[in-house]
Amino acid sequence: MTMLRRTCKEATALMVAREDRALPWVERLALRLHLAACQACPRMERQLLTLRKAFANWRHYSDQDSA
Amino acid sequence: MIPFLHTMGIENDLAAHRPYLLRFARLQLRNDTWAEDAVSETLLAALAKPQSFGNRSQLRTWLVGILKHKVIDLLRQRKREVALETDEGDGGEELDALMFKADGHFQSAPAEWGDPQQELSTRQFFQVLEACTEQLPAAMGRVFLMREWLELSSDEICKELALTPTNLYVQLHRARLRLRECLELNWFGNRPAAK
Repeated sequence: MTMLRRTCKEATALMVAREDRALPWVERLALRLHLAACQACPRMERQLLTLRKAFANWRHYSDQDSA
Repeated sequence: MIPFLHTMGIENDLAAHRPYLLRFARLQLRNDTWAEDAVSETLLAALAKPQSFGNRSQLRTWLVGILKHKVIDLLRQRKREVALETDEGDGGEELDALMFKADGHFQSAPAEWGDPQQELSTRQFFQVLEACTEQLPAAMGRVFLMREWLELSSDEICKELALTPTNLYVQLHRARLRLRECLELNWFGNRPAAK
């Protein structure tokens, strides 16, 4: 199982990376295992999701006449 | 030559949108001369065929669409300068040390930001978001906005700028962590309690 063990730093790097590229399946699996066992990383995951939404809103705002 | 009234109309309308276009061009290009060029070309293109937009209320949307194409052209032409410019001491290690202990645990657990859909669409929030983006080192900020504003894929960015994927991912990774940090400091960690 050690090949699937990730630290919070590594898990965060994977969560950030998947905004820009598809992760290999081993990394996806390792990340899921880490998220299931970790208290802190699901919060980081929610923060990164909020950032994703924020930039989608901003992009939309940059394209709109109403702004 | 006496300009036709409707032509004068569009000139005024275009002039009114210029500052707005310039703001996004500057944010993306990080170079005032390039930004001026991209916006000028956008306005010239708009003047050359004003008939191609029918509804004046959607003028800005139309202009931003043209601007994005002009900006991509410019990044492509200038790719040597855009891509070869390495950011001196971009702080990647410092940020890592701020966030994580040597054993890979968080220094302090990430805060709960909640799911603040409403406030994520306010002008005040966008101002902070843009200010944080502006604080990224120039080369990093450019590739980051190529992803988030121009909506290019990682493959396309590598191709346009002749970057290696590894180089691009390092830049994007650092940009995202810096922005997270900046928004934590200047917005999420610092706002009145959520209603």
